[in-house]
Amino acid sequence: MLNEIAFYLIAAVTLAFAVAAMALRQLIHCALCAAAAFAGLATLYLQLDAEFVGFAQLLVYVGAIAILIVFAVLLTRADEVLPGSRRSSPSWLMGIAAAVLVLAGIALPILSSPSLRHPPLAVADAPVKLIGVELMTRYVLPLEMAGVLLTAALMGAVVIAMREEPEIKAQSRPPAARGVETGEAVSHS
Amino acid sequence: MNPLLTHYLVVSALLFSIGFAGAVARRSVIIVLIGIELMLNAANLNFIAFWRYGAHPEALTGVMFVLFSIAIAAAEAAVGLALIIAIYRQRKTTQVDGLDRLKG
Repeated sequence: MLNEIAFYLIAAVTLAFAVAAMALRQLIHCALCAAAAFAGLATLYLQLDAEFVGFAQLLVYVGAIAILIVFAVLLTRADEVLPGSRRSSPSWLMGIAAAVLVLAGIALPILSSPSLRHPPLAVADAPVKLIGVELMTRYVLPLEMAGVLLTAALMGAVVIAMREEPEIKAQSRPPAARGVETGEAVSHS
Repeated sequence: MNPLLTHYLVVSALLFSIGFAGAVARRSVIIVLIGIELMLNAANLNFIAFWRYGAHPEALTGVMFVLFSIAIAAAEAAVGLALIIAIYRQRKTTQVDGLDRLKG
């Protein structure tokens, strides 16, 4: 009973923060509400006896991704105050309708299938030691691939977001003109 | 008494729809990215719920899948936000309908 009350509380808070993250007007409020929703999801994982995943979610989402989003909001803040701009896209009603359709398509089969209405079948435990052993034996190839992917994403993000240096621009823009000039100078002399 | 599997799945479906609605109805690219992250998280919640309520939770398959999914979501968020900053630097906007040209 206590578990159920806790579940309903956590689920309600998480969903409320998710709605707020999608509906608030200020981008920075949206980012903070998204962080709160991610934290609520971490608590749901903890309630589902997946401690390691819960803390990984807390570290990665609340610790890293939320900070990244806040940085992006702050770095692109200038166009937040366009006069007379709308927050939602012109066909937002169709978008909401599509979302409701998606919800109906997912939730109706879930609610109408009796085989899903059961309490946990077995005692679940995911000790960190066992997760580590599995990561180093059965899942070692995906682990290495994830490492390669994260390295590539790190370098790609730096390259994409790096500001072009002015001297690089100066070198890369006028070389044609300069080349023509020097070529002419050489040919004239 | 624990909540049933259905409860977690309904929460996950609601979360997915909320993220979907935000991703298709808002104009800001950053909100679209947050919506995509919420949808990914809904899928992760499904994985964990099915792992916990399945017959063989000792196999750890759902937990492993979610761990890799979180890693990939982190990579996706980093590259996506870098793209947003790069686009903002060139176009001076992060609104979706301002980004309708392929040619720079």
